[in-house]
Amino acid sequence: MTQLTVEDLHKSYGDHEVLKGVSLSAEAGDVISIIGSSGSGKSTFLRCINFLEQPDAGRIHVAGEEIRLVRGGDGHLKVADAKQLQRLRTRLAMVFQHFNLWAHMTVIENVMEAPVHVLGLRKAEARERAEAYLDKVGIARFRDAYPAHMSGGQQQRVAIARALAMEPAVLLFDEPTSALDPELVGEVLKVMRALAEEGRTMVVVTHEMGFAREVSSQVMFLHQGLAEEVGAPADVFDNPRSERLRQFLSGSLK
Amino acid sequence: MLHGYAPSLLDGAWLTFQVAVFSLVLALVLGLAGASAKLSKLRLVRAPAVAYTTIVRGIPDLVMMLLVFYGGQMLINMATDALEWDYVDVNPFVAGVATLGFIFGAYFTETFRGAFLAVPAGQLEAGAAYGMSRWQIFSHILFPQMLRHALPGLGNNWQVMQKSTALVSIIGLSDITWLADQAGRSTHQPFLFYAVVCAFYLAMTALSSVVFNHLERRYSVGVRRSAA
Repeated sequence: MTQLTVEDLHKSYGDHEVLKGVSLSAEAGDVISIIGSSGSGKSTFLRCINFLEQPDAGRIHVAGEEIRLVRGGDGHLKVADAKQLQRLRTRLAMVFQHFNLWAHMTVIENVMEAPVHVLGLRKAEARERAEAYLDKVGIARFRDAYPAHMSGGQQQRVAIARALAMEPAVLLFDEPTSALDPELVGEVLKVMRALAEEGRTMVVVTHEMGFAREVSSQVMFLHQGLAEEVGAPADVFDNPRSERLRQFLSGSLK
Repeated sequence: MLHGYAPSLLDGAWLTFQVAVFSLVLALVLGLAGASAKLSKLRLVRAPAVAYTTIVRGIPDLVMMLLVFYGGQMLINMATDALEWDYVDVNPFVAGVATLGFIFGAYFTETFRGAFLAVPAGQLEAGAAYGMSRWQIFSHILFPQMLRHALPGLGNNWQVMQKSTALVSIIGLSDITWLADQAGRSTHQPFLFYAVVCAFYLAMTALSSVVFNHLERRYSVGVRRSAA
């Protein structure tokens, strides 16, 4: 079943066209890695999927339901129904580069917050769910700690538990290891690898070429706002067709 | 010991306390409204808030107090004349609270504005990404995190504000300062009575510090403290 489709997404900042028509389709269990140099538009693309950025054109379906859009008086695309967007956002849980755990809440409160106040779960049920997912990412013993007292790798694992607790259709990862010290990257990738093996649907913007090659079902190389190459990791990494991808890979793989 | 003035000074202290508390509530409301207006995307909403903080913070409190009391009476007279109503007296208590609230609302506006800006955008983005409504983002994330940044500034403003309540004595309110002045004149012991006023203000501000320290601790949970 198709969990997420994005068709012909466009986005400009002023005169600068960041996305020039990018599409993506994720079936259940797909892990799609989006790679590309900084400025290629990959983070913007991900952030347009859940409307943290407003795309200028394009269509997005989440779990079979299209996000309804209207053209506003100023010519910009707008969400037609804020309630629908809120509901569909709960199906698209995001993990951020800088974790963005809520600083005034403990670990368990962070994981329970949206299930209780957005999904409407009873507290006891949300707590059970939160504990299970914290256990899964190996961080249950920190349940009553505050994010500021934890390492970046631990915080990102909590952020992954927060995403899982929504039991979403698709997990969106926005450069989840880019803000981490090198020695902490491994623990986060290990958790993400386990999620991929469980068959979760994931869209991952990443600089980790090893992860993209070994874990993804599909790799998309974005260059100057266009999907320059899309394919199975073996094709993209071993037989790059374009000169730009070859250059990018030789620079990234060191 | 206070030549029988103790009960009347106690009444004055109670009045001063009421002026302080009511002004605080008004200043908090004006401060939140002013900060929201100043952070608005609409220029039409921002402009009056900018004018408010610029003008009010640039005029001495004493002058402002007289201006509101006499100017307010003039405006009300003009309005009642035009509407052919009966003469309405400006109640000095209301005038005092309104003026202090109005003045300190401008300082609170700046404190709240800085505090709202200090909350990282990523905190709010995470709320949006998890399907929260705008109100939920405000009440569950922005407001509690903003308060942590605002409390030290608010505590400071509130300290100054409590002391400014002494200004209401000039517009005819029988607050503790005015009563002490009267008592000092009739007994020829002004020092004694002003010393009592000092003790009262010190007690009130010291108590407030305790309350604010407690609040600051409560709202800074989750903040990493550097090793002392």
